[in-house]
Amino acid sequence: MTILTLNRKELEKKVGKITSEVEDKITMMGTPIEEVTDDEVSVEVFPNRPDLLSLQNFARAVNQIRGRTKVASFKINKPEKDYFVTVDKSVKGVRPFTACAVVRGLKFDDEKIKSVIDMQEKLHGSYGRNRRKLALGIYPLEEITFPLKYTTGKPDEIKFLALEAKREMTGRQILSQHPTGREYGHLLKGCDLFPIYQDSAGEILSMPPITNSHKTGKITEKTKEIFIECSGFSKEYLRKTIKIVVSTFAEMGGKIYAMQVKDAKGGNFTSPNMDSEEMQFDIKNINKNLGIELNEKEIKKNLEKMGIGYENKKGKSIALIPAYRTDILHWIDLVEEVAIAYGYDNFEPEIPEISTIAEEDPAAKTKRVIGNALAGLGLLETSSFHLTTKKNIKRMHFDYNDFIEVEDSKTERDVLRMDMLTNLLQIFSENSNSQYPQKIFEMGKVFSKDTENKTETGIKESESLAIALADEKTNFTDLKMILDYLFKMLDIEYTLENAENNNYIAGRVGKILVDGKEIGFIGEVAPRVMSNWKIKVPIAALEIDLGQLLN
Amino acid sequence: MADEQLIIESLSPIERKTIPVLSEDSQTVGEVTKKSDQDKTTTLRAIEYLKTKELVETDTKEKKVIDLGILGVNYLKKQLPERALLDKLSEKKSILIGEIKNVCNLNDNEAKIALGTLKRKALIEIKQGKIHLSAKSSEIAKKMLEELFLEKLPIDLEALEPQDKLAFQNLKSRKEIIQIVDEKKISVKLTELGKKISKKNLDSNLIEQLTPKMIKQSAWKGKKFRRYDITSPVPRVYGGKRHFTNQAIDHAKSIWLEMGFKEMTGNLVETGFWVFDTLFTAQDHPVREMQDTFYIEGLTGKLPEKCKNKEECVIFKTKQSHEGGVDGSKGWQAEWNEEDAKRVLLRTHTTCLSARKLRELRDTKEFPAKYFAIGKCFRNETVDWSHGFEFNQTEGIVVDENANFRQLIGYLTQFFKKMGYEKIRIRPAYFAYTEPSLEMDVFHPVHKKWVELGAAGMFRPEVTIPMFGKHIPVLAWGPGFDRIMTQFFGINDLRELYKNDITKLREMKSWRE
Repeated sequence: MTILTLNRKELEKKVGKITSEVEDKITMMGTPIEEVTDDEVSVEVFPNRPDLLSLQNFARAVNQIRGRTKVASFKINKPEKDYFVTVDKSVKGVRPFTACAVVRGLKFDDEKIKSVIDMQEKLHGSYGRNRRKLALGIYPLEEITFPLKYTTGKPDEIKFLALEAKREMTGRQILSQHPTGREYGHLLKGCDLFPIYQDSAGEILSMPPITNSHKTGKITEKTKEIFIECSGFSKEYLRKTIKIVVSTFAEMGGKIYAMQVKDAKGGNFTSPNMDSEEMQFDIKNINKNLGIELNEKEIKKNLEKMGIGYENKKGKSIALIPAYRTDILHWIDLVEEVAIAYGYDNFEPEIPEISTIAEEDPAAKTKRVIGNALAGLGLLETSSFHLTTKKNIKRMHFDYNDFIEVEDSKTERDVLRMDMLTNLLQIFSENSNSQYPQKIFEMGKVFSKDTENKTETGIKESESLAIALADEKTNFTDLKMILDYLFKMLDIEYTLENAENNNYIAGRVGKILVDGKEIGFIGEVAPRVMSNWKIKVPIAALEIDLGQLLN
Repeated sequence: MADEQLIIESLSPIERKTIPVLSEDSQTVGEVTKKSDQDKTTTLRAIEYLKTKELVETDTKEKKVIDLGILGVNYLKKQLPERALLDKLSEKKSILIGEIKNVCNLNDNEAKIALGTLKRKALIEIKQGKIHLSAKSSEIAKKMLEELFLEKLPIDLEALEPQDKLAFQNLKSRKEIIQIVDEKKISVKLTELGKKISKKNLDSNLIEQLTPKMIKQSAWKGKKFRRYDITSPVPRVYGGKRHFTNQAIDHAKSIWLEMGFKEMTGNLVETGFWVFDTLFTAQDHPVREMQDTFYIEGLTGKLPEKCKNKEECVIFKTKQSHEGGVDGSKGWQAEWNEEDAKRVLLRTHTTCLSARKLRELRDTKEFPAKYFAIGKCFRNETVDWSHGFEFNQTEGIVVDENANFRQLIGYLTQFFKKMGYEKIRIRPAYFAYTEPSLEMDVFHPVHKKWVELGAAGMFRPEVTIPMFGKHIPVLAWGPGFDRIMTQFFGINDLRELYKNDITKLREMKSWRE
């Protein structure tokens, strides 16, 4: 979850006073308000809208939905002669792509610098998957000499003063000693060469995705012109990022300049392209999906509220998606844009008159019959976790080793339950203070490895029922009475057969059979098991595989 | 007068037995018990009944009383360990220290205490590991302070006499010989009304328990039944019942069934393919990382079989929807990897059931269709009051050419209303597999803020086309269910739901929204 925290004063300069009405509007725009204080406004930004991760872009969206600002357009100035970056072929194996731009005519103050750094961090975090997909650098143009090189260097040969560092370090030292080196160093793990940005004066500007140079990579209040670059693994992704960043600086009043990126193969592209993208759609489809009737004019108005332009080209509806939007993949995305502009709270709920026949899962029905029959006998149903611990399973099934384990569980529970009775015994062990007799049951899935290779996952799931009685005077008969009653209610015949099972007292345990097939055990639980659970009263218990009964 | 008669008719046998021994002077419960020749519990109960009828007044004084502990009872019956040792010594004259246990039949601790106590009292001497008696025979015959003290018990802590204090301190430092108990001393006397009643004739022919014999013989005719005090408290009784979460789930199921939905069920263990890939969740999406998902160790699952016709191949179409190209969608523009889709995991949502259902409906062609499911889901999260690693979700899909966003809001509003939520807010949200998407909030009356209830939307073409073969509006929702039911049960911490505290389960009210 990405929370964008904005300086309230700065935001109010752009959108006016934040009243509770405006707060609601912001939430209904798809950026739910998290908290508003005297100094700050915090909103949640969903992962599909990285473009909203700067105060300037966010304010633009708020103004647009309130009809105060028109659809944005961006003018790109042609690159000056030496505005180019040469991409060395050695970056291919490390961080193959880069995209960049220049913005001039800016004026920074403390708050603006803070918000730029904040945007950079937020983009790195969510959209950039913690700098893996995306590393973004912003440099004062005054400190660097064009043209630039995106290349690599040997970890021990790269040497520069990293951001906020006290002395020059080699690339390798930065990874182990610099704070961001330690945090993001794993992204360069196993690389023989580290990527670097270098200017014509031989100065190292940065070592992506780790850190900028302190000398050339720090924006101050004196900065008026900036160079922006980002690097990663997908050209498309990087170009989108540059567009988001550039649109933010444009809102600050900056002039955008394109740059040439010359790759090793002699390819050449200009970055960024801030033209809006055309997407054809059918107004009918928008209305049909939303269940409303908007005419072309209303559709246009609503799209514009979302910052999206509209044109009718020879009778065809064309949406003009602004360059900074990265989330419009298909015309279906325009449906939501219109819905948000129209206002989610303005939709009249409707239940359609279509006839469908309801049907409960037959197994669920039988389970309810079983549950109600047992509750009628005064038994309490419990509801416990599917995940348990090896130790718990071993308290009863001491030679069991076929555990189905989950990876890196954040709780102590890290294996799937192989039976239900283990959970019931755990419940008894935790409830020695509750009044006896305690009579409990539970139904649910138990898990085993699929040795016949029949399942998609390699795991067999079966429905199981366990009943357990705990009391000073509990015995086999008490439980057998319940079993008799249950099968009578289900109108199923069962038989018991003497059995050997170490979990129960010898001579007081039986196999439960239906149609000659073994479906479970019933008996008085062996004292050995009870002492493993530190349970001090006798227990009678049964467990049945419900599979056969439910089908 | 008539009132007095009614009171007399409502006196139970134990009250009748107790009143005559009471007077206007205060008496202790002990005294009353003795005089009425019944046990203490019965007396107390009778006094309680009489008090509600305002026939007696009671006065309760609390005090601390020294009484025998578990060992104390035993020692008083037999003897203290030090006495056992002293007796043996007077018989044998000397005993090896290591032999005390066996000779006197004591345990380690008792032997140690016996030795220490006698030494302190200078009744013995120890020389070269042997204990010798140094007490005179008169000293041996005399009862020790501790012995005298035990015989006196119980006594008031306040009324401890000086000579007892030392014995008390000594014994208190030893485990379980004596204990200090809080004792309530209740005294009782008749009220004015009680005095009047006590002077009446309390012998009566009132019928206590109606018996089959009386009915048969009409023996009740012309007789009065003893009147009950129907307001007096009775012992608690607890019935058997379904787990309260299952009661709520059953209710929710009935809501969906009443609206014409069919139930879907399925496995809790799934492949990433059905949980993530079919639902257009990018393979590098954070939710797929280990920190959110329980992956099963060492297992690789199977994907649906590939078919020759690529357009009908679920795998091919899913790959295409991710990489870009389904119905003009740009997709995620990243390579889609089959191996990632084969990872086996505990389902993180029930939406995998909807994906599978769509695939099935493609073949059966039975739609318009409405399906629901309520089932457990799993997230690898640190547990706190608002997060559980296992929780229920209520899933639903409506597959219909004419389905739309307003209907989505309609179904959900209806459902939540029937679950007890009148005021809900629908706001924009984002989920990879729905467009438009929405989130439902409910206004929390205590916290005075909107609380998230659940997520919904309409499946994207990147989901419907690979699964269903073409894009058709599919309304879909999957609100977490546990949070929805907590309000009714007054539970503020999700951890309470699956704690299985038997006392609490017995007392938990039944679902009745």
